[in-house]
Amino acid sequence: MLDQFRDKQLVQQSLAEIRRITTRPWAIMEICGGQTHAIMQYGLHELLPQEIELIHGPGCPVCVTSLELVDKAIAIASKENVIFTSYGDMLRVPGSSQDLFAVKAGGGDVRVVYSAIEALHIAEKNPDKEVVFFGIGFETTAPANVISVVKAKNQGIRNYSMLVSQVCVPPAMHAILGSPANRVQGFLAAGHVCAVMGYREYEPIAQQYRVPMAVTGFEPLDLTLGILETVKMLESGQVEVRNAYTRGVTRDGNLIAQKIIHDCFEPCDRNWRGIGMIPMSGWKLKDAYRDFDAELKFQVQDIQTRESEICIAGQILQGLKKPYECPAFGKPCTPQNPLGATMVSSEGACAAYYLYARIDHE
Amino acid sequence: MSDTTDLNFENNVCPLPLPHKDRIVMSHGSGGSMTRDLIASIFHKYFHNPLLDRGNDFADFQPPSGRKLVVSTDGHIVSPIFFPGGDIGRLAVSGTVNDIAMSGGQPVYLTASFILEEGFSIADLEKVAVSMAAAAAEAGVQIIAGDTKVAEKGKADGIFISTTGIGFADAGLQIGGEFAQPGDAVLVSGTMGDHGIAVLAARNQLGFTTAIQSDIAPLNHLIQAALQAAPEIHVLRDPTRGGLATTLNEIACQSQVNILLEETAIPVQREVRAACEMLGFDPLYVANEGKVIIILPASQAEAALAALRNHPRGSQAAIIGTVTERSSSPRVSMHTLIGGTRIVDMLSGEMLPRIC
Repeated sequence: MLDQFRDKQLVQQSLAEIRRITTRPWAIMEICGGQTHAIMQYGLHELLPQEIELIHGPGCPVCVTSLELVDKAIAIASKENVIFTSYGDMLRVPGSSQDLFAVKAGGGDVRVVYSAIEALHIAEKNPDKEVVFFGIGFETTAPANVISVVKAKNQGIRNYSMLVSQVCVPPAMHAILGSPANRVQGFLAAGHVCAVMGYREYEPIAQQYRVPMAVTGFEPLDLTLGILETVKMLESGQVEVRNAYTRGVTRDGNLIAQKIIHDCFEPCDRNWRGIGMIPMSGWKLKDAYRDFDAELKFQVQDIQTRESEICIAGQILQGLKKPYECPAFGKPCTPQNPLGATMVSSEGACAAYYLYARIDHE
Repeated sequence: MSDTTDLNFENNVCPLPLPHKDRIVMSHGSGGSMTRDLIASIFHKYFHNPLLDRGNDFADFQPPSGRKLVVSTDGHIVSPIFFPGGDIGRLAVSGTVNDIAMSGGQPVYLTASFILEEGFSIADLEKVAVSMAAAAAEAGVQIIAGDTKVAEKGKADGIFISTTGIGFADAGLQIGGEFAQPGDAVLVSGTMGDHGIAVLAARNQLGFTTAIQSDIAPLNHLIQAALQAAPEIHVLRDPTRGGLATTLNEIACQSQVNILLEETAIPVQREVRAACEMLGFDPLYVANEGKVIIILPASQAEAALAALRNHPRGSQAAIIGTVTERSSSPRVSMHTLIGGTRIVDMLSGEMLPRIC
């Protein structure tokens, strides 16, 4: 069913329409790392008119997970009697001195899972072990991650806990748009996040900063249609949030998923790797679920962290610099030897440039 | 004086060792009678041929005159050992047969070394041997020597099989990853990624079931058919671990050339594409065990394609790209299906599923 969204002619038609209506330069941020990846994977950036600059946003949950949380994950995973479970691409994210792969190689029981429920099943089957799930992600993963905690509580599974690194998009948008260095004039809002949350909460942000937004999907045609809607609004001076991903998103979003989130999580300040602390930009487990909070269970609150001194992941995550402007890009810093998280995750902007487009900038 | 009237020597029997017909025990690797029984009841039974049947620790044969010897060796571990479309036995034969076949030569003999974990099921061992015999028959090779060792429980993972292949090739034949030339066409013999996804599905790691079968197969007959139709083939390589993308990068580096692919031309089964999309994998990086990349002068590409498509293992063959130019910084790139261009890099480390 996705084939029509990859149809070359349809994509070319929408690109021609973008070219036809574009009269001057516009800087548009795709907030989501999945979209950055798709843009580079299909070579879409080079098909857009020169005037349209895509700025890659901080929407990769692997990249923005703070160093201290990665170090906490490593500390917990290194403990005796712990089975540490995680989505695959967190394993390679460098902590201060090592990564989770190194813990696994050193004898730690670190396992890749595809869902939090899978981690919960591991806890059920290993009652004499402590099973910890690294709950990372934006609003997209929040309900699916936290439902495992609800189930654990309801079923009395005491040996399960979650190391929570949930983050939210709207506070990050505020941080980017409110920054004096901001260059972003329009947003592609992330389709998967909006499938859960809807897009009502973006409407006041669009108005406050006078920045139009289009809810955008992940296939080539989704992306060109989202860009087209945004350019239309920019060129005509309209400020709205439009839905260019109607097959996945409604204005209200998934109300059941939102209820699960609000029943279990409460907002908290969170450190974004490379960006810094963004107020009320994360979620933590409510008190009713504190027994399932791995940070409390394993007492890892006091962990010191140290970042690479040359990596500019922070400026890349804020859209201030492009990956190839970093002195380390492609030289000491590669996917094999990442200095920063943006080079690690397949959704990270540096990895996407390295994999698909470094030829353009050598 | 003690009272010995309670002792009864009439029922005194020496406790015979249990025959251990169900599971591998340490004694199966001792070199004694249990080793011999295992070899006779399984390996000789299914692999028998005149060279093996002589029962020596070696096999000797006269190479045909005027032909060069081709040798390759490969260790095989896979979990699970049985998966849709194949098993470790079929893998151990096909993998090494294919390594020989990639020289353009004909594989003729194999040797096989088994490391069995204490406790491994003998019924499973028999199934593996039957599968090896079938794959060897399909390839037209004989297993002429072997070895069996048993590792203590926990020190191996069920069964490991190492095979060495011996083949013969025309003395003048020059095929290898270093011979790709600017202007050459790049072909694949079929769909990409089937084996990797089939094995992942069999590990129950997908969270859903699929009907995808591994493509695992000996390719020597397919390759001979291609060589007859297109004798000037420069490169033959099977895109196993790391998939098409990694293998083409290796070839580009060996030959110091750039390669350009057409995304729309690369055959991928619908089910494999769907599974990859759900998991965040790229089928170009997923392993194959029954496919070959062929690089040859463009003038012979259509002839090779027709020969491949005529063979049951090559019906989905396609021309997927070209070798564009010599390059001191070799790279593989691809015209994407919407008309953009991207780099197709080598896989670094393990392929990891993406979070969302």
